[in-house]
Amino acid sequence: MLEKAGVPSGQQVAAVKPSKERLARGPVAIVECFQKIPCDPCYTACKRGGFLPFEDINDLPRMDFEKCNGCGICIGACPGLAIFIVDETYSEDEALVMIPWEFLPVPAEGSTVQGLNREGEAISEVKVKKVRSAGKNNNTYILTLIVPKEFAHDIRSIDN
Amino acid sequence: MRIQNHPILKFEKGRRVIFTFNGAEVEGCEGEPIAAALHAAGIRVLSHSRNYKRPRGFWCAIGNCSSCNMRVNGVPNVRACVEPLLDGMIVETQQGEGAVGSGIDG
Amino acid sequence: MDKTEILIIGSGPAGLKASLSAAGQGAEVTLVERDPFLGGQLVKQTHMFFGSKEHYASERGYKIAENLSREVKEHPGIRVLCDTTALGYYEDGIVSLESGGRFTVIKPQALIIATGAQENTLMFPNCDLPGIYGAGAVQTLMNVHGILPGKRVAMIGAGNIGVIVSYQLLQAGVEVPAIIEAQPRIGAYHVHASRVRRMGIPIYTSHTVLTAHGRESLEKVTISQIGPDWQPVAGTEKELAVDVLCISVGLTPLTELLFQAGCSMAYIPELGGHISVRSDTLETTVPNIFVCGDVGGIEEASSAMVEGSIAGLSAALNLGFGVDSYAGKLAAARRELDDLRRGPVGEKIRSGLERLSSFREVAQ
Repeated sequence: MLEKAGVPSGQQVAAVKPSKERLARGPVAIVECFQKIPCDPCYTACKRGGFLPFEDINDLPRMDFEKCNGCGICIGACPGLAIFIVDETYSEDEALVMIPWEFLPVPAEGSTVQGLNREGEAISEVKVKKVRSAGKNNNTYILTLIVPKEFAHDIRSIDN
Repeated sequence: MRIQNHPILKFEKGRRVIFTFNGAEVEGCEGEPIAAALHAAGIRVLSHSRNYKRPRGFWCAIGNCSSCNMRVNGVPNVRACVEPLLDGMIVETQQGEGAVGSGIDG
Repeated sequence: MDKTEILIIGSGPAGLKASLSAAGQGAEVTLVERDPFLGGQLVKQTHMFFGSKEHYASERGYKIAENLSREVKEHPGIRVLCDTTALGYYEDGIVSLESGGRFTVIKPQALIIATGAQENTLMFPNCDLPGIYGAGAVQTLMNVHGILPGKRVAMIGAGNIGVIVSYQLLQAGVEVPAIIEAQPRIGAYHVHASRVRRMGIPIYTSHTVLTAHGRESLEKVTISQIGPDWQPVAGTEKELAVDVLCISVGLTPLTELLFQAGCSMAYIPELGGHISVRSDTLETTVPNIFVCGDVGGIEEASSAMVEGSIAGLSAALNLGFGVDSYAGKLAAARRELDDLRRGPVGEKIRSGLERLSSFREVAQ
């Protein structure tokens, strides 16, 4: 699926998902990087040791979920735009999902937009909670979306 | 059509200038390639092929392929994709191969 | 006649780095660029680069071009000649140049050829219609000149260039109804593929374009599935109404100067076509002529930069510059290059280079 259509399989997605217990404790990064390419800025961007050192720059990133606090600094550092933050503790039935965004218009905080899954299909309305820049010299935005909890691991983009 | 807003880039364009394309006045930005100005104005046919007179546009846009050769101020075989636009330029579609000297003297 | 210690032709990622590394060793460098600006095709790369800190990871290509160009222009040991095209190499080691209609000649002691590559074309009925453009051409129009290529643009080729240009088309506000790839697999980094896919662009692998339609310019294309025998599968034809079709089916090195100079060449499909046989330090079979970047084999910009450093250091060494620091700097660059090529995505490059090295003995 990934190499034929650009969509990772359920198995691949499950393999990078933090444990239920970790997700229950608050925001955490999920790295949807499934192919060995020479790239390691996620590791250098995180100052908390959330990424384990690369033995080879071609390794897949490996995380220490206990050290990750879901700050999202790695989102703007990832050239593949493959890192997302999920916070399942936001409310009873909603979760927060942070995604990278490099398109216009940049949605307004408080607006409602369509949440898209990994195939680009609209699966639920989501609310834009926060919009922030990924850094002074970085034109990537980081959007924090309020999504229905059942879609926290499916919504990875928006259609505004 | 020109990009008005872009999420990553800002475009610093030259001043607006007027040139002619096959006799008609067209507006472009000074210093941008002729082919870019024509494309922004919706003009995509830049030349015709030598044998079958088929319409040709640009191909590589960086001066490699010669698909965009045009007559500019009477001079044939100017690579329109890299030649900077100047105020008052006379730009014409070229028919087939432009003979050397064919246009220079008018 | 104009003279220089090291002449570098082309100011893309390889040429810029070659200039800085050669001048850094103390050599006097002349950098020739046919465009009015430095940076080559880096100037239109709006995405963040992969790699490591040393390869400017997470920086956007055009920013890397800005930074390196500034460094080059400010370097007292580098003379920059923009708007200048290298036309030919002559037997006595002279290179002829053209600038603004004027012809001059220059004689370097060492020459680094970093001329890059050109986009491949694809043959199908009406493939010459205006509106059918190289993907890189569309990138230039859009990201350098700020002009939209069209309203609806289909992409042929799901390699890194095809997929990333599709993403950039979306960023510019253009609709992209499909990326069409003949191979059964996506060639681009999968993270690139996933980012266009989640924006709703379908990627059709095992598909090809059958024909284009239009009178004066492109109006629509017919695509179809292709079977394991590489033939179109009857009944799977689909029409896409598009005003632009981008072709991204690989690059071919711009090797004219290498052929003129009499460098031994070998045909290595994995590296994009004819490639000059060269040593580990990127010296061709003609002493004091070096290659780096895409002209020496189609690869990524990150590796082009490291190759540029190696060629610059080695050309300077040949002229007696940087004898003490050479071994350490070369080893560091080699490590970087090995890092970039060691993984599964470097397999094609590795096998191409291995094949190329088998031509070395023949050339000697």
